[in-house]
Amino acid sequence: MAEVLLAAKAVAKHFGGVKALRDVSLSIREGEIYGLIGPNGAGKTTFFNCMTGLYIPDGGGFDFAGAPLKADAPHQAAERGIARTFQNIRLFANMTALENVMVGRHVRTAAGVLGAMFQNRATRAEEAAIRQRAEDLLHYVRIEDRADDLAKNLSYGDQRRLEIARALATEPKLLCLDEPAAGMNATETEELRDLIEGIRRDGTTILLIEHDVKLVMGLCDRVAVLDYGALVIEDVPAVVQKDQRVIEAYLGA
Amino acid sequence: MKRHRKVPFLHVAVDLPKMDIFLQQIINGLVQGSIYALVALGYTMVYGIMGLINFAHGEVVMIGTLVTITVATTLIKAGMPVAVAGLAGLSSAVLVCMALGWGLERIAYRPLRNAPRLTPLITAIGMSIVLQNVAMIVWGRNYLTFPHLLPKVNFEFAGAHFTAIQVMIVVVSGLTMAGLVLLVYRTKLGMAMRATAQNPQVASLMGVNSNRVISAAFVIGSALGALAGVMVGTYYEIAHYQMGFMLGLKAFTAAVLGGIGNLAGAMAGGILLGIIEALGAGYIGDLTGGFLGSHYQDIFAFIVLIVVLMFKPSGLFGEKTGDRA
Amino acid sequence: MSKWLNPRSAFGIALIAAALIALPFVAAMGGQAWVRILNFAILYVFLALGLNIVVGFAGLLDLGYIAFYAVGAYTYALLASPHFGLHWPFWVILPIGAAVACFFGVLLGSPTLKLRGDYLAIVTLGFGEIVRIFLNNLNAPINVTNGPQGITLIDTVAFGDFRFSGTSQVLGVSLSGPQKYYFLLVALAIFVIIINLRLQNSRIGRAWQAIREDEIAAKAIGINTRNLKLLAFAMGASFGGVAGGVFSAMQGFVSPESFSLIESIMILAMVVLGGMGHIPGVILGAVLLSILPEVLRYGVGPLQMALFGKMLIDPESLRMLIFGLALVLVMRFKPAGLWPSPERKRELSEKRAGAV
Ligand SMILES: Nc1ncnc2c1ncn2[C@@H]1O[C@H](COP(=O)(O)OP(=O)(O)O)[C@@H](O)[C@H]1O
Ligand SMILES: [Mg+2]
Repeated sequence: MAEVLLAAKAVAKHFGGVKALRDVSLSIREGEIYGLIGPNGAGKTTFFNCMTGLYIPDGGGFDFAGAPLKADAPHQAAERGIARTFQNIRLFANMTALENVMVGRHVRTAAGVLGAMFQNRATRAEEAAIRQRAEDLLHYVRIEDRADDLAKNLSYGDQRRLEIARALATEPKLLCLDEPAAGMNATETEELRDLIEGIRRDGTTILLIEHDVKLVMGLCDRVAVLDYGALVIEDVPAVVQKDQRVIEAYLGA
Repeated sequence: MKRHRKVPFLHVAVDLPKMDIFLQQIINGLVQGSIYALVALGYTMVYGIMGLINFAHGEVVMIGTLVTITVATTLIKAGMPVAVAGLAGLSSAVLVCMALGWGLERIAYRPLRNAPRLTPLITAIGMSIVLQNVAMIVWGRNYLTFPHLLPKVNFEFAGAHFTAIQVMIVVVSGLTMAGLVLLVYRTKLGMAMRATAQNPQVASLMGVNSNRVISAAFVIGSALGALAGVMVGTYYEIAHYQMGFMLGLKAFTAAVLGGIGNLAGAMAGGILLGIIEALGAGYIGDLTGGFLGSHYQDIFAFIVLIVVLMFKPSGLFGEKTGDRA
Repeated sequence: MSKWLNPRSAFGIALIAAALIALPFVAAMGGQAWVRILNFAILYVFLALGLNIVVGFAGLLDLGYIAFYAVGAYTYALLASPHFGLHWPFWVILPIGAAVACFFGVLLGSPTLKLRGDYLAIVTLGFGEIVRIFLNNLNAPINVTNGPQGITLIDTVAFGDFRFSGTSQVLGVSLSGPQKYYFLLVALAIFVIIINLRLQNSRIGRAWQAIREDEIAAKAIGINTRNLKLLAFAMGASFGGVAGGVFSAMQGFVSPESFSLIESIMILAMVVLGGMGHIPGVILGAVLLSILPEVLRYGVGPLQMALFGKMLIDPESLRMLIFGLALVLVMRFKPAGLWPSPERKRELSEKRAGAV
């Protein structure tokens, strides 16, 4: 069995009286596509936010690639190899598509102020490599022809793709997608599915939050279900689909 | 210790025997703080509703003071009773400032609703320069004497001295602030204001006319500012076209200290700032072994501000606005 | 780089260079006072571009920028004047001034940069006031700053025997003191322009823009927002420190009066009015706002005399009144500044269209 890449250990988070996460423990193995589903407000996004350091959990924590993740240090999460997209797309709206991906290279590159000032050989080489990699990634998500458009002028589907390209630019071990298919039509969803499978094939583990149950069940190796902040079940899709509690959670919502 | 009169209304007298200094400075601070609070409310209302630091608000206060001087002095010279002249001065100041606040918003800020964030800020700074210089052209460069509108009566309590004017300032500010709270929490206009502050889009979907709400915030804020201006004049008996700048700055600091956008915060911040300044001025010599004197009074406001924001980034009473990711 | 080979831009650069060289001689025809005004315009270009890194690039609203200028100015004044009897050379003090200003920048920035935009504005403003108040009062019990009187007889810039004050012959041309400073300032301004340009299109510049656009997304892709903001703040402060040192040497005199809040506001106004984040715009803003009050100073008095035959309005107030109105009007009709970057302009017009 593959190594565990990310382990959540009794993660708890509440907002005032709302218990958004109740001691959630789960583990994601290297190389799998792991689905996280649950009714609206179940705490899925909150789980992402805790994992990526945007929220500080009120209890518990995460182990990533064998070492604990620091809470409250989002940039370190990215450095360690966790990249994410946002449920309501957060691109750098007034930067071009290419620049969005280029800035995604930030964490894997080094040029500082002095490099920028003196434009030494290393800096110029790095800059060229950043641009090349960004172009490649735009090609990878198939929006290379929109490279010079401002991110905000891209279609909805292309914005989702661009956000994935930007996340990939950080060279993640674990790519977390928050409802990437939301608002997409059937064809776009189909293309997205191919893209996700391709990313996994190229060696990146994927954590997928999704509402589209069909997509999740078809795509994921294992699925976890959250309801009212608590983990209901974590298993392969065939088992999850038949679980009485899951059916109730969805019908009850 | 020497009494500093450099910028008159910012320096509290500190030449008193040490024993009584504490109570005395609390009283002085409370008076100054009430004035800060009234001015701070103007900043906070506008900020809360439209996110703008209205840099020109201090100038509105200054114009309130100067209008009162002109009207009251003229009427007193014409033989009117002092009380009538004073009330006439006050009402004309309030009216002029309300009109000014309304006009400022209509002419200068409203066209910039969709402009980049810093644009209205520069406009506000520009308006502040304009108002100051208009005031200088109208009223001249020199210090003006504020007419005596209230009798000079002194009280003593536990060794601390205070005047009828001081009592009046605290009481009137208190009543005004209570009135404002009633307005905001008990009237339809107040509800519209709160709704707009919460979420302008939703408020306008619910049928709130955001233009009216914003105008109202400016008009009410300016009326409070005019009142504060009259108090400043009565208290320090002297006024000047540049007086609005520091006063505005301090009041804005008070608003941020309390948590900008929050009415209770502005009031508490104002009073707190007044008291801290007064105590600081009274004790800074002792605290620093005579190294720093009372002319460092003005730095307290800012040091307290920086320290408070370091520990409470949204101010004392501000809600923690965690970004929702 | 290839764009230098482009004949059109080469011609443009030659033209600008010729104009820059001719300018101090043209200005001198109106008297050395105009050369000095020119010098201040360039000093403000320098300052505005320094602040542009903070406000325009990193999006941090700094209303106390003048404090760093003050720190640089006083560092120079104290180390090169009879006040302490020190006369260190210019090129030694300038980096010290930059370092001291940078230190103050980090000192202020590290606890406060996590604050929301407008809170940061008021905190920096307060910091500026604190610095000014200290300068005003640190003449007792130990006389450090000489209080409100300020420090006089500050050494002029000198490289070996070549002094920047007084007239001297350079390459057969007679140059006045202000004219020599002009060329020093132009060199410094070109330096800061190049830095601005190079930073903007660099890894760091992109990260700043990302923070400005969406701080949370920037964090999520691994940008250490705190450090990058601090970097912008420290860089801006260092430039302020350098400008202050040059100011000190050029004037031969500093006092706290030169470092009031209105100066900070003025520099911010230059950045915003010109076109925040857009380097040519910022330069334009700085030149306009530093020259306009001077032109008005010489213009409004005589104009009134010509029109009305007497001084109706105090020229000083009229001058500031017009200045204030100019700020308001430019912002009203050019909300993104006089010369915004093309993207910004588009962004604004789209927002307008959407708002209808
Ligand atoms: N920043 C926040 N402040 C207050 N409540 C929040 C915040 N973020 C999430 N919540 C609450 O936590 C619960 C879980 O939300 P979320 O994680 O977004 O759900 P999901 O992504 O599963 O739809 C909801 O009740 C939501 O209102
Ligand atoms: Mg969600």
